[in-house]
Amino acid sequence: MSTPDDRVYSESHEWFKVDGDVVTVGITSHAVDQLTDITFVEMREAGTEVSPGDALGEVESVKTTSDVYSAVAGTIAEVNADLDDNPGLINEDPYGAGWLVKIKATDTGGLESCVDAAKYDADIAG
Amino acid sequence: MHKSPVHDFHIQHGGQMVEYAGWEMPIRYRSIKDEHVQTRTSGSVFDVSHMGRIEIKGLHAQRLLERVCSRRIGTMQAKQCRYTLICNERGGVRDDAVVMKMDDDEFLMVCNGANREKIVDHIQSVVGEHPGWKVKVEDKTLKTAMVAIQGPKVMDLISKVSQEIPSLKRWRFTTKNLMIIKAHVSRTGYTGEDGVEVILPANAVGMAMRMLMQQADPEAPDAPLKPAGLGARDTLRLEAGMPLYGHELGEDISAMACGMGFAISLDKNAEADGETFIGQEALLAEQDAGGPKQKLVGLVLDTKRTARQDMPVLAGDAKVGFVTSGCASPTLGKSIAMAYVDTAHAGVGTTLSVDCGREQPSATIVELPFYKAK
Repeated sequence: MSTPDDRVYSESHEWFKVDGDVVTVGITSHAVDQLTDITFVEMREAGTEVSPGDALGEVESVKTTSDVYSAVAGTIAEVNADLDDNPGLINEDPYGAGWLVKIKATDTGGLESCVDAAKYDADIAG
Repeated sequence: MHKSPVHDFHIQHGGQMVEYAGWEMPIRYRSIKDEHVQTRTSGSVFDVSHMGRIEIKGLHAQRLLERVCSRRIGTMQAKQCRYTLICNERGGVRDDAVVMKMDDDEFLMVCNGANREKIVDHIQSVVGEHPGWKVKVEDKTLKTAMVAIQGPKVMDLISKVSQEIPSLKRWRFTTKNLMIIKAHVSRTGYTGEDGVEVILPANAVGMAMRMLMQQADPEAPDAPLKPAGLGARDTLRLEAGMPLYGHELGEDISAMACGMGFAISLDKNAEADGETFIGQEALLAEQDAGGPKQKLVGLVLDTKRTARQDMPVLAGDAKVGFVTSGCASPTLGKSIAMAYVDTAHAGVGTTLSVDCGREQPSATIVELPFYKAK
């Protein structure tokens, strides 16, 4: 799956897509491949304040349970409710329907530590 | 790292390769759940070449196996397979294995890939203690391949190419000579479904896989037979209540606790059987002292989370056991787990809870297996 160039990527394999002051967060196709089938997702509730480095919630797969981290400061505005009944959406469409949360950001400075799609692809290939 | 003789097939079919027991093996080709459901409803082909295949030949082969295996070997017939444990002196489990009897003086033992070298060394050391024995132990793993074909439609598919194989009873095998290829085909498996496992020369397996897949285009959505990886193999065996070394079985877990009592012949005796088995004395002493303190149970959890190995099992606030394996069961649509639980709390129907970290869901003990083929 090609890595979209309309967003940035963290070292811990989250993606962050900025649209005005709303930042949508998901996990990368590469991360999903490593996790194998996603079986359960639990994100922190809408209204939760987060800072860069805070856990946004957990993603469980057949293999393991992983935390997902924020790179921005703000408040969780929306959690993807479709994942409750169909966590496999993350496997099918990690960059689209499989998004995890939307954050109403107060500070996106943390995204400077993220990389673009080309650099991310090079990093995971290396 | 070892490459399976079926490696090229995995790459051609999009297998996601991982390291497992020192081998590069496919964890999946598609989604693990799809591969699981395919096995339960139709059929799947698994490469299990990483498993150990140890040939034991000679006048004292049976006596050696009687000493090594917890289960009685002397009553086996030729062309029969028998599931057994291999215990240590303390009654813990070195490994579990299937013994195939070719002939009175020739056997093949199939053990776990991760334990192959340990088990070969162990058997050799037992031979070393008996200089008079005429027996040869040879690790055939790297010269052979092993493929499991499992699922409710598998025997029907095989009946199109063989009359003999579908007539095999469970736990029996036949040796087929296909042109110059010698293959052992047994009606055994590790998925809870009907099917076969095939052991054949490493240099013949590529052709055999092509012939097998001619029966069905694995890319077609409704193919009766598709490749499946180690991920589905694990969730399938868990639903079927089958123990796995490193999870339910281990050197420090009593063989008597794991629910495989049928595979432990505590009444072996040196006069009638030629040998007692290693670990028998310790297991008899444990039985005299009232038996193991914990028992392997099945749990159905009231959560969508997956219980992971070593998570505590609680009765109220007290820890009464630990999880050995867990998964989101594709067949039951529930979170299931196997766990060792103190015998006082191990009755079917008992409600306990599992400490999953952020949540402590309740968990009810159910009969094993979770799933039985119709």
